[in-house]
Amino acid sequence: MTQTPVIEVDGVTKAFGDNQVLKGVDLTLTEHNAVALIGASGSGKSTLLRCIDLLVEIDDGDVLLDGEVITDPSCNLVEARRRLGFVFQAFNLFPHLTVRENVVLGPIHAHGRPRAQADEEAHELLKRFGLDKRADAYPDTLSGGQQQRVALVRALASRPRALLLDEITSSLDPELVGEVLELVVELKAEGMTMMIATHEMSFAREVADEVCFLSEGRIAERGDPEQVLGDPQQPETQKFLRRLLEAGRL
Amino acid sequence: MQLTTDRSNRGAAREEARRRKSRRGAGVSAISSVVVIGGLIALVVSSKGWPAVQETFFSWAAFKDSFPEVLRGFWLDVKLFICVEIVVLVLGLVIALCRITSAAALYPIRLLAIVYTDLFRGVPTILVIYLIGFGLPALELSGVPTSPVLLGGLALALSYSAYVAEVYRAGIDSIHPSQKASALSLGLTNTQSLRLVILPQAVRRVVPPLLNDFISLQKDVALVSVLGPLEAFRVAQISASSNFNYTPLIAAAVLYLCVTVPLARVLDRMQARRGQLDGVGTVR
Ligand SMILES: Nc1ncnc2c1ncn2[C@@H]1O[C@H](COP(=O)(O)OP(=O)(O)OP(=O)(O)O)[C@@H](O)[C@H]1O
Ligand SMILES: [Mg+2]
Repeated sequence: MTQTPVIEVDGVTKAFGDNQVLKGVDLTLTEHNAVALIGASGSGKSTLLRCIDLLVEIDDGDVLLDGEVITDPSCNLVEARRRLGFVFQAFNLFPHLTVRENVVLGPIHAHGRPRAQADEEAHELLKRFGLDKRADAYPDTLSGGQQQRVALVRALASRPRALLLDEITSSLDPELVGEVLELVVELKAEGMTMMIATHEMSFAREVADEVCFLSEGRIAERGDPEQVLGDPQQPETQKFLRRLLEAGRL
Repeated sequence: MQLTTDRSNRGAAREEARRRKSRRGAGVSAISSVVVIGGLIALVVSSKGWPAVQETFFSWAAFKDSFPEVLRGFWLDVKLFICVEIVVLVLGLVIALCRITSAAALYPIRLLAIVYTDLFRGVPTILVIYLIGFGLPALELSGVPTSPVLLGGLALALSYSAYVAEVYRAGIDSIHPSQKASALSLGLTNTQSLRLVILPQAVRRVVPPLLNDFISLQKDVALVSVLGPLEAFRVAQISASSNFNYTPLIAAAVLYLCVTVPLARVLDRMQARRGQLDGVGTVR
């Protein structure tokens, strides 16, 4: 089976002032696969995802999307972002727009789809995610779990080549985590290509084809979820997992 | 402790107590208002100079005589502040947008916008009206209007746009950067995210301070009188000095109050509603 690379991260470095967050990250995400990014708080998981979506400018290295170097200064970054979907930890829905308007904003204005078609597709997606009854509601009136599902639908509505999920359950109440993670598992089963920063190790185990442990600005260890999470080879990984275990989060 | 009500009608009793309390509250505030306001009026009316003041400031006959003319003058004020408000809404936004551009090529525009706001916020409005009203026609440029109403309106618009631009800018700054990141991640351009995501939220947020500026604009139109047009204050002034009676000025004051007070109440209601929403809504 040949695997087509969708996102390739090649020696990416990024510093904020004196804070060298990424010191050379290499990573490949192939089609229909899911990579889980794990690591301590502040290890740079969000920064890496933002660099890939060109929301943060990298210092050195390359990011490739379908073989094209999108971090090249001559590359149209808006056009590259249109091919990726991003879901934020804090949902970041647009509070002045209804659920439906949130969902169709990208398709209509970034992709130039006719409104009727965008509405139709938004309706289908919302229905699938159990949100069609709330289509005319404003985000403030939804539960956290519903808001995050809307954010997922909004990212999917542009039919992205890959989804970047940044700790999408971290700001949810524990009882709402399940309803969001279920959907991600479903998307994975349908062949969605995803890069997932997460603190939920059981979720990483369930959905990811590969787990990458980010530490000291590099990928310290990577491999099959069972191997990395069950039998880590690197001392940093062992330490990180031991701490999670002690905190009762493994 | 003895309970005066049994459990089944305690709800009704509580309701009754609440009603009694609010009735008592209304009574107390009515009485205290009458006492305080009545006392103040009595104090003024019993003063030695009151008969003379009443004759020169509160003469019913003079009020009736001058009112139609002052009202006609006030119509000019109304037309003026409506036009100026519309211009200010647009010009203020344009200046705010010039100030927030980050493109290097637009640096001169940003600089101009900064100089503009500093200048027109720093100079007293009445001075701006003088300088533009008398200075601009003196240049004798062709095409420059010479009508004092137009020049006065222009001066007010320039002065108030500087304030309103800052109000808009504060609103734009108050929108969390995550909203922009979110808009960009959908593949929107910078301009689109400003137009579709940032500005609609910012404008909603600055409606109360904008209304506040409009309340002061609605009375500052009287400053245009220094250029000579017959608006309410000027008409009242002329009438007052020709009859040696200041009552027409009171008539003008009443008319200004007629437009500023309703706007102030609208603003109060808006802020009360927003306070409620903020209390209930989650803060993120
Ligand atoms: N815009 C920024 N400006 C300055 N420093 C930043 C910025 N964004 C992130 N950082 C810094 O980069 C480091 C990595 O942050 P990042 O959010 O990527 O970590 P993370 O692994 O996602 O952590 P968490 O699990 O808490 O979300 C932190 O030290 C943070 O303070
Ligand atoms: Mg993070």
